[in-house]
Amino acid sequence: MYIEVKNLCKQYNGLMVLKDYSYRFSSGMIHCIMGESGKGKTTLFRILLGLTDADEGELIGVKNKKIRAVFQEDRLLEENTIIDNLLFVLPTKRGALKRRLAEISEACEAVGLGSLENKPVKELSGGMKRRVAILRALLSEYDILLMDEPLKGLDQKNKQLVASYIQKRLLEEKQEKIVIMVTHDQEDVELVKGNVCYL
Amino acid sequence: MNRSTTNDNSKKKQSIRIWAVICWLLIWEGASRILDQEILLVSPVFVAKRLCILTGDQDFFQRIAYSMSQIILGFLLATFLGIILAIGSKLNRYIEEFLQPLFAVMKAIPVASFIILCLVFLSSKKLSTFIVFLMVLPIMYTNMLQGMKSLDHERMEMATVFEVPWFRKIRYIHIPAIWPFFYAACKVGIGFSFKSGIAAEVIGIPDGTIGERLYESKIYLDTPDLFAWTIVIVIISIVFEKIFLLLLRWLYRKITKRI
Repeated sequence: MYIEVKNLCKQYNGLMVLKDYSYRFSSGMIHCIMGESGKGKTTLFRILLGLTDADEGELIGVKNKKIRAVFQEDRLLEENTIIDNLLFVLPTKRGALKRRLAEISEACEAVGLGSLENKPVKELSGGMKRRVAILRALLSEYDILLMDEPLKGLDQKNKQLVASYIQKRLLEEKQEKIVIMVTHDQEDVELVKGNVCYL
Repeated sequence: MNRSTTNDNSKKKQSIRIWAVICWLLIWEGASRILDQEILLVSPVFVAKRLCILTGDQDFFQRIAYSMSQIILGFLLATFLGIILAIGSKLNRYIEEFLQPLFAVMKAIPVASFIILCLVFLSSKKLSTFIVFLMVLPIMYTNMLQGMKSLDHERMEMATVFEVPWFRKIRYIHIPAIWPFFYAACKVGIGFSFKSGIAAEVIGIPDGTIGERLYESKIYLDTPDLFAWTIVIVIISIVFEKIFLLLLRWLYRKITKRI
């Protein structure tokens, strides 16, 4: 499986932020889009998500695909607990709640959020909220996962914890998913053992 | 822990203290003794006695029930239509632009002008409901629209990306965003309903209402009655506000409880 962007262009108020960008993202690896600030990384992220239209160019292979994302901001339901935030996006059939909760509990444990599942998000630290936002995307059903600077704001220990959990999940998914990560930190790329593509 | 202590302190600061109420009652009693003119300022003890006599009359409760039902009906109708119009305005800019001058005028017109104007084409029986409706509608509409405009677009975008069903979006994104605005509108609206509703009754003088008794007190210079009925209005307004807001908070917790 792959998705392909061809000659993507986008400008805001006459300022070209994405110019003639082409790339083919295939499944089974983490693609790390790197580039300096203002090079259009987030614009590309939003175009891939379908939240912004490109001025020119083609987007091949995203139709009818389930796309999920880790946004640059956490975008959590602050008043609700970690479990609520995860269940909010996870389709849970009647009778499957127990299994889902066990899955959530296991995932929280893996990223260092064990025993905090029932805490309201507003009471968590910035790094904890970031990990909840990452779990929300990783636990959901997706074909394409987009992550905009997912490891931003995490300390070294938690970065490693989260990076190895992302890789573990991808291995479990039998390499059938396309994962794209936007970052400007070389260290993050090394942590997730990603394939770099420059903007 | 600190946060809850601060909340408790601010609640204590906001709530009315019994000692302050007693002080004001003593000031009232003192002033009435100095004036020594029952028509001008009746003693609180005498008002309390009058109130006790009134409660023994079956007509007393019938009047309260009738006036309250008319006022509450007007408040609920305004709440319902205010929400509908705010949704319309949020969805369509032209509806908002169309309604803007109407609500600006409604907010500016004095309640007495409205009452006299409405008496021309409405029976005095239905007047209080209509006046309450007219007074509360702009408050409800403005607050609801403001709440809808304060919606967190980033969260909505997230919910769209994750294909969250619409009813879950309403429960966990829309309602929590609108809640503080709606709650404030209800709080202000209830107080306003009783003030404007009773004012409409005093001017329209429909039979079997609290307003009619207030009007008679004025005509016969029956100050104890006037004070007693005023206290009744204050009490029913506060009791209704407390019960209604309690119900609202319970409903809100039910709606936004665990997913």
